[in-house]
Amino acid sequence: MSKINKAIYEIQKIDSMSKEDKWVNNIHPLIKLFLTVYYIFLIVSFHKYDMAGLFGMCIYPIFVFVLGDLSFRDALYRLRVVLPIVSIMGIFNPFFDHTVVNHIGDVAVWGGVISMFTLMIKGIFTVLASYLLIATTSIEEICYALRLIHIPKIMVTQLLLIYRYITVLMAETKRITQAYSLRAPGQKGIHISAWGPLVGQMLLRSMDRADDIYESMCIRGFNGEFPRMTKKRKNKGDLIYLLVWFFVLFAFRLYPVFEIVGGLFV
Amino acid sequence: MHMADALIVPAVAGTMYAASTIAAGVSVREVKLENNPKKIPLMGVMGAFVFATQMLNFTIPGTGSSGHLCGGMMLSALLGPFAGFLTMIGVLLVQCLFFADGGLLALGCNVWNMAFYGCFIGSFLIWRPMMKKGATKGKIIAASVIGCVVTLQLGAFSVCLETLASGVTELPFSVFLATMQPIHLAIGAVEGLITAAVLCFVHEARPELLWGVGETAGEGRLTFKKTLGVLAIFAAIFGGIVSLFASAFPDGLEWSMEKVAGTSELEATGGAYDFFASIQEATSFLPDYAFKNSDTAAGTSFSGIIGGLIVVVLCVGVASLLKFFKNTKVEEAKADE
Repeated sequence: MSKINKAIYEIQKIDSMSKEDKWVNNIHPLIKLFLTVYYIFLIVSFHKYDMAGLFGMCIYPIFVFVLGDLSFRDALYRLRVVLPIVSIMGIFNPFFDHTVVNHIGDVAVWGGVISMFTLMIKGIFTVLASYLLIATTSIEEICYALRLIHIPKIMVTQLLLIYRYITVLMAETKRITQAYSLRAPGQKGIHISAWGPLVGQMLLRSMDRADDIYESMCIRGFNGEFPRMTKKRKNKGDLIYLLVWFFVLFAFRLYPVFEIVGGLFV
Repeated sequence: MHMADALIVPAVAGTMYAASTIAAGVSVREVKLENNPKKIPLMGVMGAFVFATQMLNFTIPGTGSSGHLCGGMMLSALLGPFAGFLTMIGVLLVQCLFFADGGLLALGCNVWNMAFYGCFIGSFLIWRPMMKKGATKGKIIAASVIGCVVTLQLGAFSVCLETLASGVTELPFSVFLATMQPIHLAIGAVEGLITAAVLCFVHEARPELLWGVGETAGEGRLTFKKTLGVLAIFAAIFGGIVSLFASAFPDGLEWSMEKVAGTSELEATGGAYDFFASIQEATSFLPDYAFKNSDTAAGTSFSGIIGGLIVVVLCVGVASLLKFFKNTKVEEAKADE
């Protein structure tokens, strides 16, 4: 599958997942947005040597994955972008940080090794949290939540439009590159002589398309204001969900819950 | 150059969010002042266009590798810096949500590193002065290449600074910087050439679409309000620097306590004290107004600014949540009636 096809497939898959009628999908988007940012905030606030405490934070993704009936494999696929970057940043830590933080038998464990793994775990958890948000919340709902926190209308509207036209323009790009590659067999990318005309034509066509869209929007009554998005009903269950996670995650951030529970049985 | 959430600490994320929010606020105001409703769909479609072109591989002659288009510079050359900046925010948000490229908490950093430099520095300091007396092919190529190289260098430098301030990697700053800058020099030059090729085509086909061509210098003159804004920013920067020196000396209360009790800090023990001390220790990412595990003066100064911002954000956040759920009850009561 080509790069463009993969990207289109990924967007469409996430879009269809987010619109399913599941319990997690029906939670108010503002609450999910708040919890995601709060969770990521807590994750990145962990100390670089606090790997045990960080492990405890896996509780949130596990719960939402089970409740939302989501594919863990799809989520792992998303790590392909972040994990290499995080690994490169962390891989030097064992060479520079030789602080002994623990012993396994007679072997001293360096702080650099712990901080490297901590960084990777942080990378995994933060990506999973964003995935859980977008896989259970449609972009329209996220935009609605952004409006509730007073993000300017102009930004929210253009975010919706970007999302709406990504797949359209990607499909057009796919057709153009396919036509180009048929005329230039065996060539890896676009030749320097075609950089300007090929992308320039695409650009002008996209700008003309924007004009058409503007005219269509005007015909449908657009006057600078985007039509009111579907209002999501808030209920007590959502509030309880928020409060429970707020305090549970806070408790997991403060105390090594896994160690405490293990201590009860050992 | 997208930074992941794991690579930053909350203090850095908060600072960069605050800086990017100010730039976004100014941009929203400027776009509103333009009063051109046609621009909103154009921004949306152009944002999607940047996405689509990211999928294209441009072969770099003689190397066998490929490059991509520089979104910030191209958008600001076509839409203007303010609309371009807002479009880039949308692009970065969609990239982070749908492709896990970047992060929600690191969005402020990414907006600053890529959109701010690309749109504002690139257009106001490079594109517009060069296009003041009209555009030619040579000028467009020079502006695009210089713009992309300079803005990418600034972006890469910011990534190094943000990573250093976050303390997530033990890699020495000089080594990190020496790796990042040359890589982005090459990327910037290639991106600049691709952007130049596209903009030259637009110049030949539809020159009226290019922003800032033939504008007089008078338009860029600072007004009274803008001057005040610039002075406020300088005051904040110098305030931060001055606090580096101020923080080295005890304040009045500490001085008096030192005279009376022989120590500037009170010591306390007990159950309640220990409980709250443990909460503070676990949650503070700037203990004793400095970066965790760091005694640097820069950390002290930075913490003062961040502390104030966090308190304001927390107050606004809690008040908004309370208002949000209070409104729900009122709405539900009205619906029941």
